[in-house]
Amino acid sequence: MEFISQHPVLVVSIVKIAVLLFVVMTALAYLTWLERKVIAHIQARWGPYYVGAHGLLQPLADGLKFLFKEDVTPPISDRLVYTLAPFLALSLALTAIALIPFGPPSVTVLGQPILVVSNINIGFLFLFAITSMGVYGVALAGWSSNSKYPLMGGLRSSAQMISYEVSLTISVVGVLLLAGTLNFNDLIAGQSGYYLHFIPRWHIVPQIVGFLCYFTAAIAETNRVPFDLPEAETELVAGFHTEYSSFKFAMFFMAEYANMITVSCLATILFLGGWLSPFPDSWTWQLFIPGAGLVALGVYCAIDTVTTMRGIARLQFAVVTLLCFGGGLLTLAPAVASLHSSAAWIATVNTGIQGVFWFTAKILAILFFYIWMRGTLPRFRYDQLMSFGWKLLLPVSLANLVATSAVVLYFMMKGPG
Amino acid sequence: MSLPFILFFAFGLLAVAGAVMLILAREPIHSALALILVMICLAVLYLLLGAEFIAAVQIIVYAGAIMVLFVFVIMLLNMGVEERTNFSKFAYVGVVAAFVLLLEIGHWMYHSAIGGATANGAEPAAAFSTVDLSTLLFRSYLFPFEATSILILIAILGALVLARKEE
Repeated sequence: MEFISQHPVLVVSIVKIAVLLFVVMTALAYLTWLERKVIAHIQARWGPYYVGAHGLLQPLADGLKFLFKEDVTPPISDRLVYTLAPFLALSLALTAIALIPFGPPSVTVLGQPILVVSNINIGFLFLFAITSMGVYGVALAGWSSNSKYPLMGGLRSSAQMISYEVSLTISVVGVLLLAGTLNFNDLIAGQSGYYLHFIPRWHIVPQIVGFLCYFTAAIAETNRVPFDLPEAETELVAGFHTEYSSFKFAMFFMAEYANMITVSCLATILFLGGWLSPFPDSWTWQLFIPGAGLVALGVYCAIDTVTTMRGIARLQFAVVTLLCFGGGLLTLAPAVASLHSSAAWIATVNTGIQGVFWFTAKILAILFFYIWMRGTLPRFRYDQLMSFGWKLLLPVSLANLVATSAVVLYFMMKGPG
Repeated sequence: MSLPFILFFAFGLLAVAGAVMLILAREPIHSALALILVMICLAVLYLLLGAEFIAAVQIIVYAGAIMVLFVFVIMLLNMGVEERTNFSKFAYVGVVAAFVLLLEIGHWMYHSAIGGATANGAEPAAAFSTVDLSTLLFRSYLFPFEATSILILIAILGALVLARKEE
């Protein structure tokens, strides 16, 4: 105990990192489940169904399968680089998430904010520094496999990621000009308040063009449909990770999903107000939304358990139902308590729950959009991809930047206000 | 032994090791990787000096953009193992020059205030924020800054003109 009170930063940081790693890994696994389910329903199929109720244990089974598969290394490949590439891809993707604030900095334990691992002044630049290194995983994997298709995939993805990173960076400068800070907490705090008392002052309202440019470039940056040319299976077998098997392949897979989560988090922070609620503070009923949502999910699961589930699946789904109800009640309790009591710790717990809920909800919405696009759009041709990136996306984001600068300058010249 | 002191030596040594690897590696891609390592170590050293903006830009520009182009070109040409040639006679001149340079740097570091402060493990200077840097760049040194930008733009255009195929 003495050690904990003497080194609060160290202890809290280690616990935060461990918890975040566990949560992110689980989220990655269930993101694959979500993706398969959503795509399946778009295509009028059921998706994973048999491993656990509604396929809920499928990610676990997949993970075990990856662990026990034989790890094949191509004979004439560059061993060092071949092994380095997946580690690089996954570790960089996970490092980026350490900078994301999942809730307000006012939620503290031992004086340390617990909802962000590392809050640094140049958080935004640092995140871009890490993501700009992400291309190495893909490029080196493609090169070191010593095989045609991976090389083509690696080349394509390096070219694509360099091209779209330009637009990606320029499209968010507009937001930075409006906010005047590179710190994530300040960026989000600057988006509080409302137009006409109910439209949130998020940066997406003045920066809608920037948001669209950012989102398009982010999809290309994470190599997702319709920009998934590095792994276009009809042309390149599986692109840069063709020669990878077993857990090394799984690492690329996880890195791709981790990158999706990172760019969604960044979109949320920059354009959608981060952990801020979309409703004004005076609307007190909004405090019940997180709990009510979970309870509603529980009711849905309960109906499903009783009507359609049979055998072991019924038991599993009953557990899911109980989890939803229990989570819902645990979430509702502080919300109710905060209205009737003014104890500081209740308010803190409630703020934390509300913040994390809205942040997660926004990320999930963006991720759903991602998956929805994968189920809807065909892939670009390579020349279309390049001309779209350089001839449309870059000029539009540049124009957005110039227009934003002009407006910001105009208001600065007009005087404070 | 303060933490910045240990970090300085760890990353300084790693940077030197990377630089040696860069020259000794026979595969071009290993050289490129070693150079990336050097860039990242330099960024960490900048961070230790309190220049966080420069550190981030170092990684974004050098490790994230320029070295990607290097790796890209190495992949595109699919370069094999380098050939070794006989030791050049001019290398002896280089050895002497390098030795003299090292002596000079050592002498300067031993006597100057900055070197002394680092060697004594003093705390790094107070963080120089991005706002301070931009004030310097866009107020005090606006003209040299813009002139340099135009110079770089001209260089890019020149490279494009030279690289263009005759139609």
